Amino acid sequence: MIKLVGIHKSFGRQKVLDGLSLDIEDGKTTVIIGGSGGGKSVLLKHIIGLLKPDSGQVLIDGVDIASLNDRDLNEIRKKFGMLFQEAALFDSMNVMENVAFPLREHTGKKEKEIREIVKEKLKAVGLTGVEDKMPSELSGGMRKRVGLARAIAMQPQIVLFDEPTTGLDPVMTEAINELIVETQRNFDLTCVVISHDVQSIFTVGHKIAMLYKGKIVEYGTPEEIKSSSDPVLRQFLSGSLEGPISVI
Amino acid sequence: MNKIAATVDNFGRAILENIEEMGRILLLFLSVLMWMVRPPLKLRLIFKQMEFVGVKSIFVVVLTGTFTGMVMALQGYYGFKMFNAESLVGSTVALGMTRELGPVLTALMVTARAGSAMAAELGTMRVTEQIDALYVMAANPVKHLIVPRVIAGVLMLPLLTVVSDFMGILGGYFVGVPVLGINSGAFISNITKLVDLGDIYHGLTKAAFFGLILSLVGCHKGFIATGGAEGVGRATTEAVVLASVSILISDYFLTAIMF
Repeated sequence: MIKLVGIHKSFGRQKVLDGLSLDIEDGKTTVIIGGSGGGKSVLLKHIIGLLKPDSGQVLIDGVDIASLNDRDLNEIRKKFGMLFQEAALFDSMNVMENVAFPLREHTGKKEKEIREIVKEKLKAVGLTGVEDKMPSELSGGMRKRVGLARAIAMQPQIVLFDEPTTGLDPVMTEAINELIVETQRNFDLTCVVISHDVQSIFTVGHKIAMLYKGKIVEYGTPEEIKSSSDPVLRQFLSGSLEGPISVI
Repeated sequence: MNKIAATVDNFGRAILENIEEMGRILLLFLSVLMWMVRPPLKLRLIFKQMEFVGVKSIFVVVLTGTFTGMVMALQGYYGFKMFNAESLVGSTVALGMTRELGPVLTALMVTARAGSAMAAELGTMRVTEQIDALYVMAANPVKHLIVPRVIAGVLMLPLLTVVSDFMGILGGYFVGVPVLGINSGAFISNITKLVDLGDIYHGLTKAAFFGLILSLVGCHKGFIATGGAEGVGRATTEAVVLASVSILISDYFLTAIMF
């Protein structure tokens, strides 16, 4: 269970999160939407402890991770997998070594066993025969798939997605969305997806939260969100220039 | 009046920033020490860095060492000739190389080759979120990325300096004896008479310290890089400048303490 309570975060004079609170349900996919530069990535980085809030609490299964030391934080992080925006594969390692990395780091498994797990995870994201390729030889969509395979290698309970479909063509976008839905269902994961891609939101989300001016302004099921009368949300979904969100 | 205040303000700010940066590098050093003693040691990564910092630098070190020794012999010869003391050329070259030029030139060459690469590689990893990915996978970047580079720097610099010292003396011999006609026996016996092991050890100690500086600065600059390709470029330049300047300044103080 992920629970955010009254998170404040500023960078210099710029206030990015302003008393944000949000409960993220277990075993569901929650999509956080909001404008570019609106603090979505900052929010995601708080959930996994890459950033610490100025005030407020990030509770993972009831533990406030902002107050943990390195060692305890690492224990919590083993519950997580994360797919970064550009996949963040280690470019000095091939695909096999990338996906095997967390396994080699944290399990005492034998090399043969690790190779089998890697193959299985790659298959789960629809890739075969790419083990010896370097990340630079892969397309954007394939890199994301490998990134996802690495994220689920340790059988995490929670997987975070940082704009999984940004920069992909429409077909690849659909494929990645489908993959997120499947992965979530097959491994019974709690997923947090941040996105500004309106189409993807309704494909993958069980719950949707709208982030605006450092707060969650609307939260609900896709149906509730579609029928919401919140002016910010209406403008965001319709992509209109008219409304409370000022572009310039 | 306002202009003066602004100048003082800027000057003070620059000093504060530099002190802050020194503090950060020191903190990084402490955390490197801490992670160095925490098992398991990543031997494979350490050897990889030792190959990169050490083995692959041999060629440039041989080249700079040889030519430095050669030019020292040439310059020294014209000076000593005035006093009919040409046979001292060998020991001058040997002392200059082992005490000073071997370690310093090696450190500057490795800074340009490997220190810059450390900043560029870690900087790229930072801006492409690979460092965040390490944190997320509960793997500490200091242990994985910085400890191997610092160990490689501290171990390989003295070894490279040995190569540089040797090649410098060889280059000096080549210019002094066959080209300038100094007596070979006098050339060598003066070296063995005037250079003692302490000279070499002190030079190597300095080299190890320079290795620490260049790897720490390179890693630090890369580690804190922000702002995409431009930021990585800036980090690399700053790393080379800061490491080179620090090497030359610390060289004076180390020499003053040790000799």
